[in-house]
Amino acid sequence: MAKKMHDTPNLDQLEDGPWPSFVTGLKDLAKDKDYVVDLLGQLEESYKTKKGYWKGGTVGVFGYGGGVIPRFTELKNADGTPKFKDAAEFHTLRVMPPPGMHYDTDTLRKFCDIWEKHGSGLIAFHGQSGDIMFQGATTENVQKAFDEINEMGFDLGGAGPAVRTSMSCVGAARCEQSCYDEAQAHRAVLNTFLDDIHRPSLPYKFKFKFSGCPNDCMNSIQRSDMAVIGTWRDNIRTDETLAKKWFAKHGMDELVNDVVARCPTKTFQLKEIKNIKKSDSISSVAVSDTHAIEIDNRDCVRCMHCINVMTGALSPGKDKGASILVGGKSHLKIGGLLGTVIIPFMKLDTEDDVEKLVDFAQRTIDFFAENALEHERTGEMIERIGLSNFLEAMEIEADPAMVNSPRMNPYVRTDGWEAEVAKINAKKQAA
Amino acid sequence: MNQAVAAAPVAKRKPKETGVPDNKKYLHPLMAKNYGNWKYHDRPRPGVLHHVAHSGDEIWSVRAGTARQMDIFTIRKLCDIADKFAEGRVRFTIRSNIEFMVSDAKKVDPLIAELGKHGFPVGGTGNSVTMIAHTQGWLHCDIPGTDASGVVKALMDELHHEFIREEMPNRVHLSTSCCEINCGGQADLAIIVQHTKPPVINHDLVANVCERPTVVARCTVAAIRPAMVNGKPSLEIDESKCMCCGACYPPCPPMQINDPENSKLAIWVGGKNSNARGKPTFMKMVASGLPNNAPRWPEVAEVVKNILSVYKEDARPWERLADWIDRIGWPRFFEKTGLPFTKYLIDDWRGSRANLNSSTHIRF
Repeated sequence: MAKKMHDTPNLDQLEDGPWPSFVTGLKDLAKDKDYVVDLLGQLEESYKTKKGYWKGGTVGVFGYGGGVIPRFTELKNADGTPKFKDAAEFHTLRVMPPPGMHYDTDTLRKFCDIWEKHGSGLIAFHGQSGDIMFQGATTENVQKAFDEINEMGFDLGGAGPAVRTSMSCVGAARCEQSCYDEAQAHRAVLNTFLDDIHRPSLPYKFKFKFSGCPNDCMNSIQRSDMAVIGTWRDNIRTDETLAKKWFAKHGMDELVNDVVARCPTKTFQLKEIKNIKKSDSISSVAVSDTHAIEIDNRDCVRCMHCINVMTGALSPGKDKGASILVGGKSHLKIGGLLGTVIIPFMKLDTEDDVEKLVDFAQRTIDFFAENALEHERTGEMIERIGLSNFLEAMEIEADPAMVNSPRMNPYVRTDGWEAEVAKINAKKQAA
Repeated sequence: MNQAVAAAPVAKRKPKETGVPDNKKYLHPLMAKNYGNWKYHDRPRPGVLHHVAHSGDEIWSVRAGTARQMDIFTIRKLCDIADKFAEGRVRFTIRSNIEFMVSDAKKVDPLIAELGKHGFPVGGTGNSVTMIAHTQGWLHCDIPGTDASGVVKALMDELHHEFIREEMPNRVHLSTSCCEINCGGQADLAIIVQHTKPPVINHDLVANVCERPTVVARCTVAAIRPAMVNGKPSLEIDESKCMCCGACYPPCPPMQINDPENSKLAIWVGGKNSNARGKPTFMKMVASGLPNNAPRWPEVAEVVKNILSVYKEDARPWERLADWIDRIGWPRFFEKTGLPFTKYLIDDWRGSRANLNSSTHIRF
């Protein structure tokens, strides 16, 4: 039995309604824990005054420089003592999830037992970077909780100017659109940078995200310094049985308005079967006895729309791999940036292929560590130095797939033009 | 210190730097068996995905909403349900929904009934409004302008019927962020704190708490400079330059940006994560000045529900919010939603010329 609850008239109003209530969860924990009684007390005060009352500090586990988010209360009495003394320390452990966030119940129950013993009993699945967040432990208990979680085979994630915890989609485990083994790439890359995850010493954070196809369920173009997004080079595959089944159910209006009209490059056409073109780059499939779909794959940008609508009838090709985009980030400090294509396509079928991705990640982080200003993200660094300089450092040739258009202004020194052309021609001849 | 009397160091446990764990042992057996070999999927009803493998195996995934911040009793309850129906395996989505995988269609309805019995809403698939991606807020963040879990709870109560159905033109992703850093991320519709007054500086604390050059460097508009105030080294702000972003507050907590009255909430729309149809897009601010009205933020809920209901009524199938606005144009968006288009919505940050209309493409 814990001590008496504080009055929480504001939080009480978050127990009504059909959505699961975190307040009810906290109150259940408060039945046994003075810690959570006082947490609710402080949170209610925030609701009353509309102010936050946590400040950071320095708390960690032995051997690591990051992965714990320290929180000390700033809500004090006149004599400087904490107003809610049992929740004066409320630190969070960030723990890296398995790729795709799959768990067995045995693991989840062990997490619960550890956090019941050493922490508040509140666990978030998951934080915005993908961490399992064990929320609320005293300074004394952080190490004890970590030791037990670590013995289970789980490790702390990133915080501060470090390589951060990563996320990957459900991917090959359950999705027909998956274009590479996301979990394999995720582990191979992240586990190369454990030192940079656990001992923050980069100019600023660096995030990887892994999406199995261009639907980009991990929002990697907007939210990661390096986005690994599955794609394919050959033709969209077709299945006539499923195509006819789709058409029988959805009809001509939906095929024309929802699929044909929404193809961003208009390469998806509907034709009478007798007019369908044949060539190496064309995918076609009959949807009825009279009509068929024709896709010229050379004009397809792999946007996924037709495949999303007609799943199974259409599917990604067999020559799969990934596109790599670099430099995505949110607002601070120059405004949001989307990632930029740096490697239009790379295979990720074999361990050697994945090793090439790891190598590219390593060289990018080395360059970032060496050249970014303090608190500058990779995208900002590239904007400052220009993409060409970044490409040169990465030893990657310029490719028109990297730009929306060539430059729109003449402000560039081009006295190396002939040498560049000669290099490109020599390479063409050698090929 | 005298070395001879120093206490022997206590042996500390060294961390095992195991990194990201392998997920293979956590996969449902059918997912492990058909890894990388799935053929297609459909959705028999809202909240249920049905995947078919090339081997002919079938798996049904039942998706349910959670509070994200969960107590151990709730997690154990979810584990009981997984043990009873789903061979002891679960997974979470990026938006904190939990998924139970079952290998037999007959288990789907009893599983849904069991989740319903314990108050977990089943939905969040296909053309639904799914769970809101969110941040920490007053519960745990050191710089929050508002709460996160509470805003989400209040909004999801209002949007519950859209979570459990698939009646929107396309999927709707929402996010909330408790400061302008926007940890909640890009979404079809986002709710983000928008401060309206420069930070209030406690000059007694700056010298001891803040590394002043770092704070000066952090300012996005070079409005902060070192100054002596009341004989103490501190910082001052050129308030005519400051646009109240709050970037100085994390490295210098005595520059308090949060204000109970003047920290408002803004609504952003049209962020698209996917490459489907058009390229990914960032969201755009369409409303601001909404009060930070805990515990249920009714003014925010009203604007959100209004935008979503106009979108639901007006958009064509497969149009995400951004696709819909592309078709109808911004003037019509503001006309249909009744939201005022103020001068503050005209971008003047770097790169802003690309956001201006340099054509005669105007809808009347």
